[in-house]
Amino acid sequence: MGYTLNFAVVWRNFDRLLEGLALSLGLAVVSILIGAAIGLAVAFALISKYRAAVWPATVYVTVIRNLPILVLVLFAYFALPQMGVRLDKIESFVAVLAIYSGAYLAEVFRAGLLSIPKGLTEAGLAIGLTPMQIRSTIIAPLMLRNVLPSMSSTIISLFKDTSLAAAIAVPELTFEARKINVESFRVIETWIVASALYVATCALIAAVMRQVERRLALPR
Amino acid sequence: MAPSLFDQLWLARNVILSGLGLTVSISLLAILAGSVLGVFVGLSLTYGNRWLRLVVRVYTDIIRGTPVLVLVLASYYVSSAVGVNLDPFSAGVLALAVFCSSHVGEIVRGGLQAIPKGQTEAAKAIGLTFGQTFAYVLWPQALRQFLPAWVNTAAEMVKASTLLSVIGVAELLLRTQEIISRNFMSLQFYFFAGALYFVVNYGIERFGKYVERKTAVPS
Repeated sequence: MGYTLNFAVVWRNFDRLLEGLALSLGLAVVSILIGAAIGLAVAFALISKYRAAVWPATVYVTVIRNLPILVLVLFAYFALPQMGVRLDKIESFVAVLAIYSGAYLAEVFRAGLLSIPKGLTEAGLAIGLTPMQIRSTIIAPLMLRNVLPSMSSTIISLFKDTSLAAAIAVPELTFEARKINVESFRVIETWIVASALYVATCALIAAVMRQVERRLALPR
Repeated sequence: MAPSLFDQLWLARNVILSGLGLTVSISLLAILAGSVLGVFVGLSLTYGNRWLRLVVRVYTDIIRGTPVLVLVLASYYVSSAVGVNLDPFSAGVLALAVFCSSHVGEIVRGGLQAIPKGQTEAAKAIGLTFGQTFAYVLWPQALRQFLPAWVNTAAEMVKASTLLSVIGVAELLLRTQEIISRNFMSLQFYFFAGALYFVVNYGIERFGKYVERKTAVPS
């Protein structure tokens, strides 16, 4: 025993942790934006009346949601090169997280799409909009506003998943924390600070999402 | 001659099976311990006094704001730093159980709070004590509400158990990596491991859907 807390080493390396956090956030933002685009397209496919669209979308969502993301990360980085697809660490991680978030966001969006009354589509058709215009100008915006609360918890959990990039040595927050831990043996301090940074960032994301929700809420 | 995939799979069968067995036991232990702890968390969040609620709220928010991988690493390294010396398996199961408890806690709280107030009032009116109200009125209804979500948490735990490979627990993923480092068939064996995880999780998901159908209030 006799462990005395000494945060000095951690503070000296604090900028490394912050750089790691910045990279984590960057990975999350890029992947989630791509994932949201995938998710939106897949969600429309899931509720489509054409079985040729529903079937592949269902397979995608079911398969991805039932696989551990670490397996996907390792597969993309270590196995895909065997098939001739060579991505660097960051590219392959972003690709995986984008595909992974696409499946989770598709489920969120699908629930939102189902709650949009049919009358809106009919009204759109009545004023002569094409189905594509109805989707992009009427249904998608309304749906996005409705799903903001469940979307924010999905986004937070996807942000936390960026920690898995440490497994393929992407220098994000968890990787840096682990390095400082190994270099300095200030075990407790390092992990307290690293998880405090994660918790604070998650709280920040939640606050931003609540703000967006308030801004977009219908006036009552 | 390149070794054939089936030879390699056959050669690795025991290693893969032992990995799968460890994955299942890690998940089961984490779910059991996490659920017991999680029910206490949920009860404290719903019925605790102000201070208990505050403490438990801070606990769940910290756990839910931290990536599971960080929990696993922290649990492993910190336990040895403070002299508890957990082996990787126990440290990992501890981290997963703590993670599970915060999720189950939120599910239990949600289930209990979704019950209309009139139920408690009606129970009080016919003279039930709080204990009786809870056991005969609230808990059965809450259980029906949160069982499907609880089954989903089980699938989350199986997925999170892969993170224990990072601290050297020889579960399915680490076993797969060991096999790949021997035969270099990364494509085939990661795919195979993925398929096993899929089968386990898909089974749990179907079971969740079944439970959802069974517990749905007949309308």
